[in-house]
Amino acid sequence: MNTFEDYKNLWVYIETEDGAAKSVGLELLNPGRMLADANKEKLVAVVIGQNVEEVAKKAIAYGADEVLLIEGTEYKDYSTDAYANALNKLAIKYKPSVILIGATNNGRDVGPRLSCRLKTGLTADCTALAIDQESGNVAWTRPAFGGNLMATILCPNTRPQIGTVRPGVFKKNEPDYNRNAEIIRENITTPASDIRTTILEVVKTVGENAVNLEEAEIIVSGGRGLGKPENFAIIKGLANALGAAVGASRAAVDAGWIPHAHQVGQTGKTVGPKIYIACGISGAIQHLAGMSSSDTIIAINKDEDAPIFDIADYGLIGDLFEIVPALTEEIKKYKNTK
Amino acid sequence: MDILVCVKQVPDTTEIKIDRETNTLIRAGVPSIVNPFDAFALELGVRLKEKHGGTITILSMGPEQAKAALKECLSVGADKAVLLSDRAFGGSDTLATSYILSSAVKKLGKFDLILCGKQAIDGDTAQVGPEMAEHLGLPQVTYALDIDMKDGDVIVKRETETGYEMIKTKTPAVITVVKTEFEPRYATIKSKMAANKAVIPTITSADIEIDLTRAGLKGSPTKVKKTFTPSVKNSGVKIKEATGAEAAAKLVSLLDEAKLI
Repeated sequence: MNTFEDYKNLWVYIETEDGAAKSVGLELLNPGRMLADANKEKLVAVVIGQNVEEVAKKAIAYGADEVLLIEGTEYKDYSTDAYANALNKLAIKYKPSVILIGATNNGRDVGPRLSCRLKTGLTADCTALAIDQESGNVAWTRPAFGGNLMATILCPNTRPQIGTVRPGVFKKNEPDYNRNAEIIRENITTPASDIRTTILEVVKTVGENAVNLEEAEIIVSGGRGLGKPENFAIIKGLANALGAAVGASRAAVDAGWIPHAHQVGQTGKTVGPKIYIACGISGAIQHLAGMSSSDTIIAINKDEDAPIFDIADYGLIGDLFEIVPALTEEIKKYKNTK
Repeated sequence: MDILVCVKQVPDTTEIKIDRETNTLIRAGVPSIVNPFDAFALELGVRLKEKHGGTITILSMGPEQAKAALKECLSVGADKAVLLSDRAFGGSDTLATSYILSSAVKKLGKFDLILCGKQAIDGDTAQVGPEMAEHLGLPQVTYALDIDMKDGDVIVKRETETGYEMIKTKTPAVITVVKTEFEPRYATIKSKMAANKAVIPTITSADIEIDLTRAGLKGSPTKVKKTFTPSVKNSGVKIKEATGAEAAAKLVSLLDEAKLI
């Protein structure tokens, strides 16, 4: 049996966007602490970017024992080649035992590149993390078959053990800006000639003020029951009252009522907010696959037999055109009294 | 331009139900389909071929039955298809699968673009495409919504969490494709008949240069410890009131009680 004596410490990769930490990296410091403590290891945050020292400090406030920081102009924007190179060289030098990466688009872009270069195992889009009692390996649990089946995966014979973890599954620790920890700067460069992709343009189609779905704490989604595109206004009204992001079912997206960037489900986004409100969505398995890990699910539908009610914590049976505007008013009233 | 599209035959996961008595997946009677994201990748490939000329080759790893999926691809615009099949490949995780597929790609020839669906709907890992790119030493663009060629460069519209970005890269490259606005086309009766007659070659580990210690269950660094069906939530609170206003008021008071808002 391998002992992997050289490999120690648990890394959390803190993804940045426009120089700020994405929520998922900070979330992962929470389970990261649990896994690191179980094996008496340090919890190390890895930050890559340009001018991202503030992100390193934030990682310490959210629980990191140490930060490895790589800065350079070539890391200003994400590219597969530069980030895979930086993470790979860092991993070879420090030999971590575990690396947690947020299962965002870029996390799932760089993860396989890194694990393949290190010839080790990668478990995708995990929703639960634990230590396997028998072996001390990380037990990575993830959904497969569109959420119909859960699998627990081990990576027993190679190091590091790497996994991408779904955003929104774990809650961030309360930040403590009085915590002190070392920030170690690593000078790893990637020559421009090794970066084989160029970003020509970045376009945000999800409204400027809108929260993005993966990071949202509350999501209000609309489906076929809305009947026509103008009716998304009532979904947006409720979302605004709650400070929520707007989601949609495939039926609403396919009908052209709202851009695909809003779609939740197997062919759209996978989300795990604290509260998910499904309005006029029947709950096809492909939609459930994208939102069933939400903490609290509220469904509003006139069809009492709609499958969405099987997984809803609160099921409101009735006309969404009556209930949703009334709910918007109730929420506003509630917020004013608090 | 010569395009390779990697395709997987998968069970239609939207048809899978769970037997609540035994807590297992009911797979009987579940149709096998071309992985939907692979079908979107093929459609983008066929559109590129229509615009710029070239060929489309399909590569799939799987059992003999997967030829049905390959014939479907031939009926909607692919020129040829190859099945990679060997018992030694069984139980491969994504690292082993991508190693085997990339070994086969090297054998099949030179391609300008290698297209994959972003993920298969049974495994949902989204890892095989990028890992193939790594094995082949190629650049990658994941989550593609559209692909175009301009002045010899590949221009990819890449989906992001907040919209999209336009990425430029060079051939050869690996591109993984999400659901796009270009719905996969339907076969015609004529193209279907032609595809049915097509002879699809099967290649095995003997036909490619491969280190079998890196393939199959033994060559896979990840091991499945257990599988289980997700626990069913206890059915929640039902709210059915005479008016929308009453239902809304009741919900808010319940959420307040549960300290959810």
